Amino acid sequence: MTLYALRQTIRYDFNRPTGAGRQLFRILPADIPGVQRVRDVHYDFAPEVGERGTFRDFFGTRVIEAAMPPGLVSLDLTMQAVVERAVDDSLLDLSPPLEGLAAEVAACRGVGPDSPHHFTQPSRRIAAAPRIADFARAHAAAGLTVRGLVEALGRAVHAHMAFDAEATHVDTAPEAAFALQRGVCQDFAQIMVGGLRALGVPAAYVAGYLRTLPPPGQPRLIGADAMHAWVRAWAGAETGWIDYDPTNACFVRNDHIDVGFGRDYDDVAPVTGRLRLDGHHSGSHSVDIEEIAA
Amino acid sequence: MDSTGTAKAATGRPGKTRDRGLSAYRALPGVPDELVTADGSLRPLWQPLVAHLQSLSDDALTRATGRADQYLRDSGVFYRQYGSGQSVERPWPLSHVPVLIHEADWAELAPALIQRADLLEAVMADLYGENRLVADGHLPAALVAGNPEWLRPLVGVRPASGHFLHFLAFEIGRGPDGRWWVLADRTQAPSGAGYALENRVATARAYSDVFDALNVHRLAGFFRDFRDALLGLRGARDGRVAIMTPGPLNETYFEQAWIARYMGVSLVEGEDLTVADGRLMVRTVSGLRPLDVLWRRLDGSYADPLELDPASRIGTPGMVAALRQGGLTMVNSLGSGVLETRALMAFLPSLSLHLTGAPLAIPNIATWWCGGAAERAQVMAAQDRLVLSAALGTGLPFDRQGESTAAATLAPEALAARLATQGADLVAQEAVTLSTTPALIDGQIVPRPMSLRVFLARTAAGWQVMQGGFARIGASQDPTALAMQRGGSAADVWIVSKDEVPAVSMVAPAEPYLRSTPGALPARAADNLFWLGRYVERTEGIIRLLRARHNRLAEGGRAALPLQRQMDALLATYDVDGAAGLSPGLLTTLGAAVATAGQVRDRFSPDGWSALNDLDKTARRMAGQVEPGDDAARALSALLRKLAGFSGLVHENMYRFFGWRFLSIGRQLERALAMCGALAVFADEKAPVGGLDLCIELGDSVLTHRRRFSVGSSRETVIDLLALDPMNPRSLRHLIDGLSAQVQALPGAATHGQLSELGRAMLRTQVEIATATPETLTTESLQALRGNLAAISDLLTGAYLR
Repeated sequence: MTLYALRQTIRYDFNRPTGAGRQLFRILPADIPGVQRVRDVHYDFAPEVGERGTFRDFFGTRVIEAAMPPGLVSLDLTMQAVVERAVDDSLLDLSPPLEGLAAEVAACRGVGPDSPHHFTQPSRRIAAAPRIADFARAHAAAGLTVRGLVEALGRAVHAHMAFDAEATHVDTAPEAAFALQRGVCQDFAQIMVGGLRALGVPAAYVAGYLRTLPPPGQPRLIGADAMHAWVRAWAGAETGWIDYDPTNACFVRNDHIDVGFGRDYDDVAPVTGRLRLDGHHSGSHSVDIEEIAA
Repeated sequence: MDSTGTAKAATGRPGKTRDRGLSAYRALPGVPDELVTADGSLRPLWQPLVAHLQSLSDDALTRATGRADQYLRDSGVFYRQYGSGQSVERPWPLSHVPVLIHEADWAELAPALIQRADLLEAVMADLYGENRLVADGHLPAALVAGNPEWLRPLVGVRPASGHFLHFLAFEIGRGPDGRWWVLADRTQAPSGAGYALENRVATARAYSDVFDALNVHRLAGFFRDFRDALLGLRGARDGRVAIMTPGPLNETYFEQAWIARYMGVSLVEGEDLTVADGRLMVRTVSGLRPLDVLWRRLDGSYADPLELDPASRIGTPGMVAALRQGGLTMVNSLGSGVLETRALMAFLPSLSLHLTGAPLAIPNIATWWCGGAAERAQVMAAQDRLVLSAALGTGLPFDRQGESTAAATLAPEALAARLATQGADLVAQEAVTLSTTPALIDGQIVPRPMSLRVFLARTAAGWQVMQGGFARIGASQDPTALAMQRGGSAADVWIVSKDEVPAVSMVAPAEPYLRSTPGALPARAADNLFWLGRYVERTEGIIRLLRARHNRLAEGGRAALPLQRQMDALLATYDVDGAAGLSPGLLTTLGAAVATAGQVRDRFSPDGWSALNDLDKTARRMAGQVEPGDDAARALSALLRKLAGFSGLVHENMYRFFGWRFLSIGRQLERALAMCGALAVFADEKAPVGGLDLCIELGDSVLTHRRRFSVGSSRETVIDLLALDPMNPRSLRHLIDGLSAQVQALPGAATHGQLSELGRAMLRTQVEIATATPETLTTESLQALRGNLAAISDLLTGAYLR
């Protein structure tokens, strides 16, 4: 079990006062039985907004909903939480071979949030992409289990892509990032999700936080951690969902903190909304994750 | 099908009888026909109408159908045809023969459709509730989870009214055995009810005698009851009822505006709305006003960019939040589009048994979802008569160009392969053969395929079925050519009773008489009316200036040249080329007026809209033809008369409330700005010869000037008449007094006796002009006055129109 103090700040500066608008924020850590527990969480707006509240969306993410008053010149949202992570480190692979997965998906009834059926088809931001599908097929060696396949494809995406914060932006299509061979965690994750779906493996996009460890001998930098994205794949009824982080080529353990999952970025975007902007705005956000004593 | 005649009397007129193609009229082989039975005999129900058609001479028939078409043109009924990248408005294609159905036939249909409506409500409640149907294996998960119309944010949101569905349409046709079946369910935001009513009015005009003689059920009661139901859905709350439109470019915008006017509810766009404290609000010139019931005419996924489609520009952020908090009743609930899914028809027969314990009382087209092995085998066995299309598609069976394949065109191996690899994405449906109904083509009655759209509204007394409907008539005998985009037409539907039917109107007779104030004016509508006023007035100003310019060109003479140059300079500020006959700049301004008017068509009379369009069309026709000089001057005079027609219609007929005020303010403000501008140039001390007379001409005050001042024109007389005289409707004094009165009558003009910023600016300007003399009103002070008026326009925009 690992215990974290999590702190995030989102700041907007507006060149000119804004009109009224509604915003959604998906930044609160999730409660996931057996994986993650939120001991304490609170958030504040400065200046204080008119209406605010939270609700759970279809996939269970707790969403902050706020109505921005008109005339804002800046806005700060600060969130602090204490989060426990305790991922079961089982390495036993009970997943079926890929050939058997389709029948297991079909046998799965129900359309609740955890159902694999939501994650089999292309989605708004992860369209069918023939080149990614070909790439995925090329790494799906015969006889691999689904879990083995997830790892193989995750490593392949990691090898194909170089991390580059400047090469892409939030709206870059997975296919474009794939062609560039550059991008950030969102691009890595979307490419892998697209590849898995093309192979018939239900795959979700997960948003959360990642604790980064300083290089040996150097102090931890405050605010240098980041929001992060990775992949959740359905590996059959017995195994269920498994999380893989293609940006770091690893299965997800206790360095990651979940916020939520969905079909693609749109379902879990940290900030959604259309403040009616008369001028331009600039934004910044910082994340700080500190391991604390249990 | 009916076989008992119910006419009170034949209504043929004395004189020669024509055949009108009746003796050659035959039902197509194996296809039931409304007019004749399989053995070719005329159904008695139709006898009076056929006799009437046969009694009319060719001229009389042309006049009769012409009355219908004229009505549709006059009311501005059109449909929008989409071509390559653009769309154009086309005249409404009315088929001039109504579809006649006996009420006994209808009486069997109605309960069957109500059963289907209840079934759909139950399916909807499950899909947006517990999802037992999928969990228990009654519906495949893939059809729900993969369905773009299943809107996840609405799962778990209970409708405030207790019902998900309030207004439905079913597309129905007759099968080969003459029985009705359902071709498609329209549950998202069905269109056509308003067109049904327009088709009715038009058709009744063509054949008023027959219409009166036959006992045709009226449509108004359906709308009245539904309006009352919508008002009732507010419960104890104080909010309003509105229709939400995707906007004027939508295919059926006309209908939406028309129904809003007919039912007396407001028409709003996404931009007009906002959400505050969990309630949906309309932004009006009087501030935010709550809205409790919204009849949406846009697809659910566009309703809220925040929680649904983020690319939507026509929705309202927070709409889903308002629904989640129970602050709004949506007709129909967001997400109801999922019920239109074609593959669902494969499951409705078994769902009916499961959910209601009864089989479907009216069958739908036989449908197989190809995701199951048993279904694939059935499809292979019935290959010859099936059509393949997208499982999650929602298009009408005859409206799917390029998205369906007749299974017979595939080799059995190819079909098997396609079913094996894409089965879950496909449905197979029996190819539709539609029954026929008579159409009048070149004066002859001929059979044409038909489908019928029937409307159901949930009222206090349960589902009510419209006694009538919207019929589509094919352009040829090909049953796939029903869509208007492909040359099809629309027809009225007469449900004929054997007894006299009660006359009904939108006004319920027993209601106590109550005069209510019109609803608060949405800020966007006010903005459009304000700019409509400005653009119309600007058009008039340009026409007057241009006409004066061309008159002087006609009169010729080098002496006029300096004045002409100044006129051209002033015209250039409006992007108008003074030397051209009818400058494109004039057409641009006029076009802006028409476009702005198009945004608020529900707010003034159809006559006004026709007049404005007529003006626009005339101007565009003339533009390429008129020569500069006398020719252009005459053309411009003609346009000016047409413009006066529009202004008169609006001025005489528009209800004197906020909408009218903003329109008037726009006109007066633009006119005052233009007058300031003209006087500053042409009444200046250094203005060229003829400037003063030009001012009088532009101010349409030649006679008044002559009568009031027996002398010739001087700067003093001109300024007095056109700036200071409160009796002259074109003088600055008169215009500014009028503006001031209008501004004072706007909401929030004064709070606790204190004037608003706008009110103060208005008052200062009014005092200034009231105390001016021809001597003090110099060119500089005219320019300053113009600046003040522009500032008033900005203040008004800031206070009311944002």
